[in-house]
Amino acid sequence: MKILVCISHVPDTTSKINFTENNTQFDTNGVQFVINPYDEFCLTRAMWFKEKQGASVTVVNVGGPETEPTLRKTLAIGADNAIRVNAIPTDGLQVAKELAEVVKKGGYDIVLAGKESADYNGQMVPGMLATLTNFNFINGCVGIEVDGTNISATREIDGGNEILSSSLPIVVGGQKGIVEEKDLRIPNMRGIMMARKKPLLVVDAKSVEASTSIDSFEKPAPRGSVKLVDADNLDELINLLHNEAKVI
Amino acid sequence: MSVLVFADASEGKFKKTALEVVSYGKKVSEQLGTNIVVLTINASDTSLLYTYGAERVLSVTNDSLKTFNAKQYASIITEIATAEKATVIVVDSSINGLYVAPIVSVNLDAGYASNTVDVPSNINPFAIRRKVFSNKAFCNTIISTDIKVIGLAKNSYGVHENVVQGATEIFEPTIIDSAVVSEKVERVSGEVTIADADIVVSAGRGLKGPENWEMIEELATVLGAATACSKPVSDLGWRPHSEHVGQTGKPVASNLYFAIGISGAIQHLAGINASKVKVVVNSDPEAPFFKAADYGIVGDAFEVVPKLIEKLKAFKLA
Repeated sequence: MKILVCISHVPDTTSKINFTENNTQFDTNGVQFVINPYDEFCLTRAMWFKEKQGASVTVVNVGGPETEPTLRKTLAIGADNAIRVNAIPTDGLQVAKELAEVVKKGGYDIVLAGKESADYNGQMVPGMLATLTNFNFINGCVGIEVDGTNISATREIDGGNEILSSSLPIVVGGQKGIVEEKDLRIPNMRGIMMARKKPLLVVDAKSVEASTSIDSFEKPAPRGSVKLVDADNLDELINLLHNEAKVI
Repeated sequence: MSVLVFADASEGKFKKTALEVVSYGKKVSEQLGTNIVVLTINASDTSLLYTYGAERVLSVTNDSLKTFNAKQYASIITEIATAEKATVIVVDSSINGLYVAPIVSVNLDAGYASNTVDVPSNINPFAIRRKVFSNKAFCNTIISTDIKVIGLAKNSYGVHENVVQGATEIFEPTIIDSAVVSEKVERVSGEVTIADADIVVSAGRGLKGPENWEMIEELATVLGAATACSKPVSDLGWRPHSEHVGQTGKPVASNLYFAIGISGAIQHLAGINASKVKVVVNSDPEAPFFKAADYGIVGDAFEVVPKLIEKLKAFKLA
């Protein structure tokens, strides 16, 4: 079983978001970059398939050289090898087209990718990748088992779950639930040492033209300060919610 | 030229998000000076859509489409978009909408902007505002392809009545095979879901333990609200993961969000930021949530919540 895990290199979820160049560029100053949390859940599930079912695990990222520490971290966690497609990601369709080249060449059975990235939140790359490669596709996956060439997966739906079956090959858009938070792994020293020797292949981009571009960024308007209501005067709160905010 | 709206009825009826995308699609069609076409699959009554501006409805009825299947649904949207020469396709941001839209985008080689919060600010070039960085910022995105796919963020445009003389035509699509098959749907019945709720009552570690959630559930019942929780609470196993709201949990875009005993970590705030009105109850006046809330009560949740329940019950009766 050959697994590919798509890895986004994103600002840590605690990051303060700022922009430079007249609000046209994301300000990376002081920002810590991490494995996209949704991808980390997928990577952890891939490690489980490696240990229990003998899968090989490749990780891939579309990005510049600055993303390599993030890829090395995935190798330290246990991925076997890494691929970096040398392109600056500009939109979801471009990234999916670059990834599709890697998928077509690699002969993978399962492609795991977080259902979204914590930076641009597009929630589009897994579905686009599946469609471009003609792989089957399950999104919002919170559980997956593989038996031979059959997949059984659970996806989250509004107010519940749906159990799905599928054949391989497949692209899976994963989220928390595919593994639990407590299952996430912190690389140990041995993993970090071994990661240095694992192959990290840099491949040229296909130079796909992006279909969308970002013209400018803006931050939400500063909000008015909170209206404090006395804990002994809850009628006032109900009055405000009913007459001022008009939400009850 | 037309604007094609997919109004999902895969769970039997139109949800608020379906009516919101129809309202939105109508507005965009006026902006572009073109027609609106609304596609629904297995809807029992399409006339409700006329109230929100759907002049022309294409209705697909087929038993093999009873359960939502992203690939099959995307293929039908694609078929109609092509037949109608649609230049803009609007899909909601429900779990199904987010599943189907990227497939449509590739099928039509169309640029796709998800999480959009407004009608286009400009038509040529086609510019639209969307949420990025987990609600911490917006960006103005230019879509440069001839066909555009728009994923409208939930509760961002709103449902607007715009009664038109509508007509529904039966459409017989080509139904493609899908290797992904739905085996079983498990749904908790009777509960308000976080995705659909107008009001969400959420609680955090300030509640001290899972045994204290009864009052949260009661408050939610009184308000007709869904219950939710912070990440530590779901990680501790006090509440199910499906209730975890925040950056890596479920996003909330309700009209009213109650945060009880939640300090307001940046990841939590990012996930609930799209809610219109936020109320915080916390004993710590320094809790960061007070900076993000509209209304705040500094007080002990164990005293405030039971009193609030009584007051709300009286208010509802009045």
